[in-house]
Amino acid sequence: MKNRIQLSLFLLPGLLLYVALFVFPTLTGLFYSFTDWDGVSPSYAFVGLDNYKDSLSSIVFRKAFGNNVEFMLTVVIAQTFISLVLALLLVRNTKTRIALRALYFLPAILSSVSVGLIWAFMYDPSIGLINYGLNEAGMGSIAHNWIGDPKIAIYSIAAVQVWAHAGQMMIVFIAGLQGIPAELYEAARMDGGSKWQVFRTVTWPLLAPSATIVVAYTTIQSFKAFDLIFTMTDGGPNYATEILTTYIYHTAFGSYSFGLASAGSMIFLVLLALLTLLQFKALRADRVSY
Amino acid sequence: MFLKWFNRLILLVYALLIIVPLYFVFVSSFKTSSNFFISPFSWPDPFTWDNLTGMFPNQPMWQYFGNSLVVTLGTVAIELLLSSMIAYAIVRWGGSVGKIVFALFVAGLIVPSQVSMLPIYSLTRTLGWSDSLTGLIIVSAAMLMPVSVFMLTGFMRMLNAEILEAGSMDGASEWRLYTRIALPLAAPSLAATATFLLVMVWNDLLIPMLMLSSKSKLTLPLALMQFRGEYVTNYPMMLTGVLVTAIPMIVLFILLQRYFVAGLTAGSLKG
Repeated sequence: MKNRIQLSLFLLPGLLLYVALFVFPTLTGLFYSFTDWDGVSPSYAFVGLDNYKDSLSSIVFRKAFGNNVEFMLTVVIAQTFISLVLALLLVRNTKTRIALRALYFLPAILSSVSVGLIWAFMYDPSIGLINYGLNEAGMGSIAHNWIGDPKIAIYSIAAVQVWAHAGQMMIVFIAGLQGIPAELYEAARMDGGSKWQVFRTVTWPLLAPSATIVVAYTTIQSFKAFDLIFTMTDGGPNYATEILTTYIYHTAFGSYSFGLASAGSMIFLVLLALLTLLQFKALRADRVSY
Repeated sequence: MFLKWFNRLILLVYALLIIVPLYFVFVSSFKTSSNFFISPFSWPDPFTWDNLTGMFPNQPMWQYFGNSLVVTLGTVAIELLLSSMIAYAIVRWGGSVGKIVFALFVAGLIVPSQVSMLPIYSLTRTLGWSDSLTGLIIVSAAMLMPVSVFMLTGFMRMLNAEILEAGSMDGASEWRLYTRIALPLAAPSLAATATFLLVMVWNDLLIPMLMLSSKSKLTLPLALMQFRGEYVTNYPMMLTGVLVTAIPMIVLFILLQRYFVAGLTAGSLKG
């Protein structure tokens, strides 16, 4: 006995808001990508696929894409590994462990701007705590201009991204670990398996769904990073940390090439959609039952 | 035995990695500039409240705070109301209509705010909503709709359909079923969704940055970006800004830890 008229009224306000201020604007973005609009003047001309061609052949765009991939791979590998290790160490529910979980999770609730500012200081070559600590410890030779050196800047920021979100992913792994029935562990131990064997034959295979979730989330999250890089280096030095999102921002609001920036964001969206699709496939394939 | 100590060492090192930067922010906020440069690690000596008390008269801090509060609470309230109604209707309607509406919102999950920023920027300028907190609230609510509808629909699917059906047989209107049965039963999921949205909106940089320009309208993350320029040599002051921005979230986190974890994991996993 559903009252469909009443239910339609439930849908209406939200749908209107969503379509008017999200769906429709996003579609106009596609429209702008075929124009030479500068974002301010009232007139513009259609340029067909020129913006797409210009984007794909632009050196900065290619550099940004390369940086995106580098940043993403670094974060995914480091974050998955670190959050898994932490989860394995904190899976049992003792008071200390629960407190540590909360501590490790804490950075995830800070704004990227705050995290960026904190770490910009930690990394500062002259007054930063990292170089200060290294000097104090007699390891001054490792001291570095962490986000000012184009060779390592992107990795320095990747480390901050991991610092902020590894604890959050640890929680996903812990949930996965706690979902594994205890009998399976007992059975494996009864069979005389060593710790490593138990991990390899019981824990790891049954943890696959959680691992897929973590990898999927981290991949997408790091691919569309923006705030942290914007706050810490704004794409510099010399485009060393420019990624696609900062490229889009700079193209639109720095050089007033709104049409070109729109084409860039459409390419970015397609790449992101492909990644998401791959992840969904992986998620489906990795369902295990026990 | 060795392994056990090794495990503890890992946990300790990681704990320090989290604590040291946060400790640094905390102590710097109570240091004088000279003390900050001489001994960055040490406990503040002399201990000073000047950064904290100086910040409020020097900056329209209360204003920034108020703006962030209004935008966050406004967005979350609208979002929860509209999204829970949609989620209820999706689950209750079911069938292909439910599927289509759900799919329409899920499709939005793929589009990140970095892609919609350009069209949103030009649309809000055309509408004359630039520099308006109300405009920002409405736009933020629209942009977060995919993730909140996704989360709440997931939660509402767990409701017992028979109870709703029985209530409906007794002649209860959908509004009554929604307010008397669905919402109370979904309360923990609403709380988790709300905390997730609180964090997202309180910390958001991009959308406020595109829409707000005058100093009296800034939210805290925007104010922080501005401090970076203004306090380019006064680091203790800038780090005090970081502390002030983080305190409300940290207090909430301590009070509502359970919901933070549930919300941030459930939301982010599909975000």
